[in-house]
Amino acid sequence: MSLLEVENLWVRFPTRQGVFDAVRGVSFTLDRERLGIVGESGSGKSMTGRAILRLIRKPGIVEADYIKLEGQNLLELTEPQMREVRGQRISMVMQDPKFSLNPVMTVGDQIMEAYLLHNNTSKAQARAKSIAMLEAVSIRDPERVMRAYPHEVSGGMGQRIMIAMMLIPDPQILIADEPTSALDVSVQRQVLDIMDGLVKERGMGLIFISHDLNLVSEFCDRVLIMYAGRIVEVCDADKLHQAQHPYTRGLLNSLPRLDQPRKHLEVLKRDDTWADAASVRGGQ
Amino acid sequence: MTALGIDNLNVWFGTDRDRVDAVKAARFDVAIGESFGLVGESGSGKSTILRAITGLAPTWSGGITVEGKALQGAKRDREFYKTVQMVFQDPYASLHPRHTVDQVLSETLHLHGMADIDARVERLLHDVGLGKRFRFRYPHQLSGGQRQRVAIARALAGEPDILLLDEPTSALDVSVQAEILNLLTDLREEHKLTYLMVSHDLPVIGHMCDRLAVMKDGEIVEIMQSDDLRNNTAKHAYSQSLLAASVVG
Repeated sequence: MSLLEVENLWVRFPTRQGVFDAVRGVSFTLDRERLGIVGESGSGKSMTGRAILRLIRKPGIVEADYIKLEGQNLLELTEPQMREVRGQRISMVMQDPKFSLNPVMTVGDQIMEAYLLHNNTSKAQARAKSIAMLEAVSIRDPERVMRAYPHEVSGGMGQRIMIAMMLIPDPQILIADEPTSALDVSVQRQVLDIMDGLVKERGMGLIFISHDLNLVSEFCDRVLIMYAGRIVEVCDADKLHQAQHPYTRGLLNSLPRLDQPRKHLEVLKRDDTWADAASVRGGQ
Repeated sequence: MTALGIDNLNVWFGTDRDRVDAVKAARFDVAIGESFGLVGESGSGKSTILRAITGLAPTWSGGITVEGKALQGAKRDREFYKTVQMVFQDPYASLHPRHTVDQVLSETLHLHGMADIDARVERLLHDVGLGKRFRFRYPHQLSGGQRQRVAIARALAGEPDILLLDEPTSALDVSVQAEILNLLTDLREEHKLTYLMVSHDLPVIGHMCDRLAVMKDGEIVEIMQSDDLRNNTAKHAYSQSLLAASVVG
């Protein structure tokens, strides 16, 4: 049995112009592995991640045959039961730390709050643990950052703070939605190494949502490529550069490369048939 | 003559124990028509240099010259904004949500004291590859790439010589990034612009710039040619590690 099984997932938003389907019949499984989901903005990759945690707000609609976490269908849980799942069993790192951190609380208070919520310990210990977690995500001056408010830290630092908070409860699945897009290449590595360690040591499942093809091909085991709410291609991450689908090829070719200088970059030419083709299954 | 001269520039924020020295003794020159890149990690001070030039970071010391003219303090005169314009990182945040593209561009043209605004708006939109049908749209009716095009059009409104580009494509998809970078390449040629571009993405800087400075903790550790980047002949250990981390494995 897989850690997570998603079958025929749809996310719809009713609008004045009719129903908009953000995710259209996506199926995949996740084991104790690093699964990458790539695609452009608007391809439905973030919505897929949020739908698993039932975080789509009304009037948005989530429909699926099932979303099973170790055999338990998350769609049948009540909202209080779902709250037990969120954070404790499936945790999520969101895209933008500016919107995920509380602007009127110091960073230290927020991390300690997360820790105290999940553990029954003293404040002093929570503080020590928080500083340790900040160090784990390689923040240079954790004492100063603990005192700082979110607007006083850089975007990259904010994202590392978010990751530190999410890792405290030791979840089974981590859904990381563009966790490193705001970070620098060197810090990116460190953050990825931290997540990598968690997958390997604790048998955590990781869904890594990103638009960065190179990063995903290096870091993940398997990759789903999404376009217009569907999976257009599934491949092993190390074989991403041999991907067949013209969309995947177009994305790969539009990247500037240091070893191949040229005046103009290739521009992706879209084909309407990509959106119409049936969704590819990701896994068994 | 140099377009931009930065000499022994220091920029700091805060006081006492919360004082942060964002830029320390930075020194470089950008020739007219050159495209110069600043790379480094977040917090290395690369955006702060741009902000000091435009007067958005008031606490600085040292020398900044724009086309031979030295700048003082945080005040910038009209002449400055006709010479130097900036394109910001996040096209979602840098456009007024309740102003149409037409209002954004007309107002900017008006502030620059331009005549013949109507025709100019059309020309600007044409220059950045947006058709007439985008003219009366609001930002929320545009995609990220289209918004960045509007932001570039706004920067071009005063017919500047120098564009400061602060991570102009890092909020965009790679497919859109390619379009915007191509646009910037073409505009530089057509309008004979000088670019000072900040990015954390080495391949993007390598693609766009002739020379670049590598920054770390507020200091410039190395200034090199883009070819050095390509041939992997960076001298400083930090630039090498940055390069190693961003080359496709």
